[in-house]
Amino acid sequence: MAGNTAIEDNPVERANRADVRARWLLSTPALIVLFCAASGPLLIMLIYSFLEPGDYGGIEWAFSTDGWVNVVLQRDIFEGTLSLADAHVSILWRSVRLSLLTTLTAFALGFPTAYFIATRPRESRSIWLFLVTIPFWINLLIRTFAIMELIRNKGVINIILMSLGIIDEPIQMLFTDFAIMVGMTYVYLPLMVLPIYASMEKFDFRLVEAGYDLYASRFKVLKRIILPLTKPGIVAGSILVFIPSLGAYVTPRILGGGKNMMLGNLIGLQFGQGRNWPLGAALALTLLMIVMVALLLYVRGVGKTENNRGH
Amino acid sequence: MDHETLQDRFSIEVREITKTFGNGATAVTAVDNVSLNIRENEFLTLLGPSGCGKTTLLRMVAGFEHPSAGQILLAGADISHLPPFKRPVNTVFQSYALFPHMTVAQNIAFGLEMQGKPEAEIHKTVNEMLDLVRMAELRDRRTDQISGGQQQRVALARALAPNPEVLLLDEPLSALDYKLRKDMQIELKRLQHETGITFIFVTHDQEEALTMSDRVAVMNAGKILQLGSPRDIYDHPAERFVANFIGDTNFLDSSISEKNGRKVTLKLVSGSEVSADLPDGFDPPSIGKKVTAVVRPEHAKVSPRGEGQLNGTLSNIVYVGTDTHYYVDIEGGSTFVARIQNSRGADVSWSVGQEIDVSIEDNAVQVLRD
Repeated sequence: MAGNTAIEDNPVERANRADVRARWLLSTPALIVLFCAASGPLLIMLIYSFLEPGDYGGIEWAFSTDGWVNVVLQRDIFEGTLSLADAHVSILWRSVRLSLLTTLTAFALGFPTAYFIATRPRESRSIWLFLVTIPFWINLLIRTFAIMELIRNKGVINIILMSLGIIDEPIQMLFTDFAIMVGMTYVYLPLMVLPIYASMEKFDFRLVEAGYDLYASRFKVLKRIILPLTKPGIVAGSILVFIPSLGAYVTPRILGGGKNMMLGNLIGLQFGQGRNWPLGAALALTLLMIVMVALLLYVRGVGKTENNRGH
Repeated sequence: MDHETLQDRFSIEVREITKTFGNGATAVTAVDNVSLNIRENEFLTLLGPSGCGKTTLLRMVAGFEHPSAGQILLAGADISHLPPFKRPVNTVFQSYALFPHMTVAQNIAFGLEMQGKPEAEIHKTVNEMLDLVRMAELRDRRTDQISGGQQQRVALARALAPNPEVLLLDEPLSALDYKLRKDMQIELKRLQHETGITFIFVTHDQEEALTMSDRVAVMNAGKILQLGSPRDIYDHPAERFVANFIGDTNFLDSSISEKNGRKVTLKLVSGSEVSADLPDGFDPPSIGKKVTAVVRPEHAKVSPRGEGQLNGTLSNIVYVGTDTHYYVDIEGGSTFVARIQNSRGADVSWSVGQEIDVSIEDNAVQVLRD
């Protein structure tokens, strides 16, 4: 590391400084967009979360930590004591649990799909990819109502099962956590398939032959060769499914029937009928923190797996 | 040891194997009713141009392709329909196919791990293999941090580590430059000698085949045209394709004037007679039959008119360092090439246009089957 001495300073250093300045100038538009679209709103949310709610929505400019306290706690109206807000905690837990389940289900369905597409002849792959993206053409609401039509008590599935004599009474699927998970899996599945396909397309399938040749069974080839090498796509897909699931609004609203709320609905409620913007802001930031923690854990966790073996 | 001779102990027996890809009108027969017995500890090379079926044959032995008809036996047991991971056969791939997410040592250990070998044994074998291919220092490198030649060695070590009955090599040297290829040829021969494993080597490079093999099977259009030692194949090509594909050859139109067992006397276009060998399985019915004979360029030399079997005119002289090539227009139309090794005391200097004779060495003429 020679070269940081004063002797070599002048022309090189000056050129470097000009270079740095140009780089800052060039990135200014991006920085402005970033501030207006991300940091700015976030800052507003952060400020609102430490204020008092206005009587008819909005905020009062008075400092208060109630917004944050109310995320997991509730104050008794008469005695003023704090206790755990069961409703909020269960909604938080449902959001995390359903999002994890959705991610897992989407992976279980998306990975084989991506594998299937990646192993087709090159010409037909684009057709399969096209088919995967078709649901995006249809409005989310309509897709969600379609799912509703499938799983409601007098829906397609129950009618078929009953006419076949497999069940006597319709299975209650609509307005359950299961319904929410099915809906979210359906909606976010392409977000899992596409990144996995992208890393599988780069995957050298000759390595699979090499694995078979070296006594690896099909399962071992999948576990030791295909999965580690398509990991970037799996990580990306999981993140792309998990994050929007955690904040989902429309799907739980329609398929959960209002009583099975998720975090997104709770936040929406605070800014709407609840008229508690500070709590809504605090909940939104809580969601953001959950996402960040989950991402950190996930990325760190998968980054370690394969490097630990050695001989 | 029983009383069987080495010749009788086959490692791989390929019995009437056919492989057809596709069906109907677009079906392509890659391997066409091939039978081949490979001896234990043998270095056998499948040699042929691309598309001749040699790689398909190798992939069927490895288990990546299943034969459309026929059987493959390993040490007497039918393995035709076993999946590759149940065959004690390992492959060195043309692309090496090293696992990019593992280190050199992890790559070599992979097969052993999959076999469920104990940790201590894996460790020991990996070290032995690293020493065998002289890669011990690079054991913890990732495979994209080493050179092509080194990757080649890792691929070899990885395939040898599980101590397979047979090692299959699919054009493993084709990606290396000339010098490295030469070194690896010697290295491969050494490895085969040290490990005592049967090697089946696929190549389109005739020089590679001749240098390394115990026996060479020359393939074309899905069939084995000739099987024999490198010397056999080179000195006694039985078919026009083999003679053409391996080395340079002069083709002579001639007719049989006398027959004595496997030896015949041929009458050349010039009227002079030479003795020649008949290929196996070819018994020309009559004296006077027209046949094609071949002579290697280095088995003939240019001599003054009246001293050789063919008369002609010297049309070109090409100096190539070690040798000089003499192009002779033979009376009767064809061009004959004689290759003479250069020496410091070369006495005769020929000149283009000179009327000369070509004299062919004794026992240097081979009759072709066609």
